[in-house]
Amino acid sequence: MEDGNVNDMSGIDQGVAVTGTKMKARGVDVFYGDNHAIKEVDVDIADKTVTAFIGPSGCGKSTFLRVLNRMNDTIDICRVEGDVTLEGEDIYDPKVDPVQLRAKVGMVFQKPNPFPKSIFDNVAYGPRIHGLSRNKSDLEEIVEKSLRRAALWDEVKDRLNAPGTGLSGGQQQRLCIARAVATSPEVLLMDEPCSALDPIATAQVEELIDELRSRFSVVIVTHSMQQAARVSQKTAFFHLGNLVEFDDTDTIFTNPSDPRTESYITGRIG
Amino acid sequence: MLWILLALIFLGLLGYVLGRQRAVASASGDVRELHSLPNYYGLNVTLLTLVPALLVLGLWLIVQPIIVERTVAGQIPASFMEQVENPTLLMTEVRRLAGGIETAIERGFLNVEDAANLASDTDIRAQLAEAGVALGADVSTEVLAAAQDFRAMNATGATWMLIVVFALAFAGLAYSYVRTHKDLRARNRVEYAILSILMIASTLAILTTVGIVLSMLWDTRNFFQLYPWQDFFFGLEWRPSFEGGSELGLIPLLWGTLYISLIALLVAVPIGLFAAIYMAEYATKRVRSVAKPLIEVLAGIPTIVYGLFALITVGPMLRDYFAQPLGLGDSSSSVMTAGIVMGIMLIPFVSSLSDDIINSVPQTLRDGSYGLGATQSETVKQVILPAALPGIVGAVLLAASRAIGETMIVVLGAGAAARLDLNPFEAMTTVTVKIVGQLTGDTDFSSPEALVAFALGLTLFVITLGLNIFALYIVRKYREQYD
Amino acid sequence: MTDMPISTAPKRSLYAQDARTKKRNRAEARFRTYGMAAVLTGILALIVLLTSILGNGLSSFRQTYISYPIELAAERLDPEGNRNPEEMASVTTFGYVPVLAMSLQAFLEGEGIEHSMGGRELAAMLSEEAPAQIRNMVLANPDLIGTTIDAQILVGGRIDGFFKGRVTMESAERDRNVSVAQLELAQVLADLGIVETRFNWDFITWPDASGSRPEAAGLGVAIIGSFYMMLVVLALALPIGVAASIYLEEFAPKNRLTDLIEVNISNLAAVPSIVFGILGLAVFINFMNFNQSSPLVGGLVLTLMTLPTIIIATRASLRAVPPSIRQAALGLGASKMQSIFHHVLPLAMPGILTGTIIGLAQALGETAPLLLIGMVAFVREYPDFLSTHSNTFPLMGDGATALPVQVYSWTQRSDPAFVERASGAIIVLLVFLLMMNLIAILLRRRFERRW
Repeated sequence: MEDGNVNDMSGIDQGVAVTGTKMKARGVDVFYGDNHAIKEVDVDIADKTVTAFIGPSGCGKSTFLRVLNRMNDTIDICRVEGDVTLEGEDIYDPKVDPVQLRAKVGMVFQKPNPFPKSIFDNVAYGPRIHGLSRNKSDLEEIVEKSLRRAALWDEVKDRLNAPGTGLSGGQQQRLCIARAVATSPEVLLMDEPCSALDPIATAQVEELIDELRSRFSVVIVTHSMQQAARVSQKTAFFHLGNLVEFDDTDTIFTNPSDPRTESYITGRIG
Repeated sequence: MLWILLALIFLGLLGYVLGRQRAVASASGDVRELHSLPNYYGLNVTLLTLVPALLVLGLWLIVQPIIVERTVAGQIPASFMEQVENPTLLMTEVRRLAGGIETAIERGFLNVEDAANLASDTDIRAQLAEAGVALGADVSTEVLAAAQDFRAMNATGATWMLIVVFALAFAGLAYSYVRTHKDLRARNRVEYAILSILMIASTLAILTTVGIVLSMLWDTRNFFQLYPWQDFFFGLEWRPSFEGGSELGLIPLLWGTLYISLIALLVAVPIGLFAAIYMAEYATKRVRSVAKPLIEVLAGIPTIVYGLFALITVGPMLRDYFAQPLGLGDSSSSVMTAGIVMGIMLIPFVSSLSDDIINSVPQTLRDGSYGLGATQSETVKQVILPAALPGIVGAVLLAASRAIGETMIVVLGAGAAARLDLNPFEAMTTVTVKIVGQLTGDTDFSSPEALVAFALGLTLFVITLGLNIFALYIVRKYREQYD
Repeated sequence: MTDMPISTAPKRSLYAQDARTKKRNRAEARFRTYGMAAVLTGILALIVLLTSILGNGLSSFRQTYISYPIELAAERLDPEGNRNPEEMASVTTFGYVPVLAMSLQAFLEGEGIEHSMGGRELAAMLSEEAPAQIRNMVLANPDLIGTTIDAQILVGGRIDGFFKGRVTMESAERDRNVSVAQLELAQVLADLGIVETRFNWDFITWPDASGSRPEAAGLGVAIIGSFYMMLVVLALALPIGVAASIYLEEFAPKNRLTDLIEVNISNLAAVPSIVFGILGLAVFINFMNFNQSSPLVGGLVLTLMTLPTIIIATRASLRAVPPSIRQAALGLGASKMQSIFHHVLPLAMPGILTGTIIGLAQALGETAPLLLIGMVAFVREYPDFLSTHSNTFPLMGDGATALPVQVYSWTQRSDPAFVERASGAIIVLLVFLLMMNLIAILLRRRFERRW
């Protein structure tokens, strides 16, 4: 079953044109106080591609994901070293305002976290704070497009004023994706977006991720290897804060070059 | 009184020793034969000795004075009652005289026989004054007779009380001692008794509430028999006069209360809320660990201190720098004085409640907002506050209830003049100030001027109770949302 | 699915802050400043409050005395001449006033100091308490009569205020109770070294004094009264509170009665304190005829008020004891009651005590309910623990007052020197509260357990 799936996906992969590098990380170290959480990591995030970060719990994959939009700034004891660039611009440059950065590098979290507001206001939140709409109809258009892109429009178009917290888990997560998409980011970070969802909702979100790829560069953290194999074109394997291996998903799953990767893939560590 | 307690405690201890011994003896010295540990047999006897006796003792002490008082009051000739100016003070006089005679006997100025034969034509007042007891007025025959009745009934009551209490104690001791046997389920009995005691203790909360409501309802009813309720609830004038013809309208008091509370909330809510936001979202750990306790010190300061602060510092300052230059009045006690000081008092109340509530907003919501590129203040204003709103509304309502019921700050800071005015630098008064005003000093509890305080108290209780229940309901609802 | 971009906002470099971001960052900074300002305002309010009280009150711990030779003339103080204290008692305090004034006049003449005041004005410089002090001294030791003693006596409140900076020459001109001449003489006497302002314990130990003698008013009776009331609260609220908490937390079935109790407790915690005063007045005084203003009644009212606090704290610390402890005891065959009294309660004790101390501190500062039960009356006698009446409870016989109530009654007096006294009383009150809170904090530190 898994093998078949991997092969199916890789069949699709070939049809997608991979266009250039969106983000580039070079020699990134992250410290939590005295704890050296990420060690010398180099990764390239390609445009219009789904990149998956896999690895056992506590390996630093989520931490590294948060490096990419400076979410770690909100944690006092966290310190980041090394270079991370978005389209050639260093995102840790003092001139860079993390607020502007995060508009370009959106994020979706593990647990669906809709704000306690209406569905409309949830999606409109980003465009409003960043001033992306000129008027109300503009905003309505953005909300509709985002919800359509998140494959949620048909389910919620009649109740845009209902609270976002009233949706089902899968719908909530797609709402969060719509919310992230609404600021028209260039990169979309997803931190285990399906871990709190049931299998059906997971399938819907995975399908959505595949569609989002046509427009954004997507980075997804997952601890499900099958999920990584199903949705990603590139896979990075983290272990104990080190980037062990980074390659095409096919290669990682069929012909890993590092023995640790192989152990993890085959279920011996994890 | 004390020796009765000591004697009972001694009996209890005796019972413990005896019960324990008998139990051990019934098992022929082998404690393993006993159903329960030996201590429980002792405790069982102690409890049966003490609990009924103490209960009866307590009840007796409460009931006897009431009965004696009513009986003696009933025996005073009606013809005499009519001559007296103030019938309610008559019983006080009787009580004082009776107490005075007792004191004189104790101090050796009177012997018991003389005391029984006191006649009103002898100068009792002078005699008692010699013994160091001051009476307010000369003693009339009727008062003397009533006082002697009072003494006699109290003495009889005390004797019977002794007999009944000790009879009960001995009966309990004897019964439980005889019943003590190695197969007695002593532990279960003791535990059942303790459980009952625990349960009774927990119902005291209900009793207190019932007591509050009943005591105020009773006198409020008396008040409304003397003064029409429409005039109380809708009256625009507060002008009590002890010669009669008082106007006791609630509205000006309520207006003062609400006006002061409003100003207090206008001070406390923004400062408290912003302080809570700063400490929950911005402050470093070190700043927080210093600032938070400092602000909470404000909550531990008694209200009389705030009252004095209003009286000697804030009031004169507001008068000299604001009210007089602006031509708004020259009173140092004013709505503004009381409101600002009360606001300071409420800052820690609002801030610590809001701090808890803001901290209970899940971190995932903050992350969600930051992840979309919101600044911290945008996150606070548009995500955290809306999420925490019900809780914060609850906190504000609780603060409002505090402000409405606060007494000492307004007594010292707001003034005593009942006034319907908009000028915040004018002295106004509140419901609580008037409760204190009408009930302190020499009060005649049958006049509407004193009884109105109970109606005011009931009004205050109902308002604050409503606010509290509503606020607690909101806060609880809110907590459930994120649990 | 549309393939159009979601919005058409122009693309910008990360390095350039656009106008909107700048505006947003300014809003952020503003918001942050508001927060900081709010915290600072709170702290500032605390500082102003404390400095105001300390500034006004610290001087009440110091008092001005004058010492000069006082001739206790026999013909005035013992007209019968037989040194019998009972007969000498017929010379009232007023009889001693001229004695003090004349001695002072004689002393001034001896020193060659001239002044324009009459005897009455001169006498008014001394405290009204001073004659009483000397009278008590003489009655206790009749042999002093006819001798000249060198006693240190209190000066009047205004003169005392002059040395503390409260009364000035300018204010004296507008004050009927003190004259410029008196102040000038006082200054001369001070330069002579016979007037001294020093620390006095009397403020803490003496009883209250009447409105015209602020310099002699002390806190002794109020402290004793507060202490007795705290005893009552401790003796009643702690056992009842703990018993109620154990029942509610460990035994109570989930039914409507316990729901009712819960709602009642949380509401009683928020009922205005004055309502408890009305309850006390109606139930204990008007219905049960307890003595007005006795420490027992005050204690009972404060107990009812403190109970919810203690119950809430006790339940929290009982809840904090992990269920594994209970299960361990039950597993060894202990009854539920045994597991609670042997294991849970001792572990919860530090928390219970902390809550109790905080409740007591709250009760110690409470004023409003005590006003209603008549505690505001002027009391000069130290209350007895056991009244002489055999048929009363302890603490039921004598009237008392309490620290915060003493503050209130002093604020109601016209002489401004009582403002100093009231602030001084608050300092004493705050010191007691501080000590209680420190004990609570130490207890918590010392015994705090993390499960």
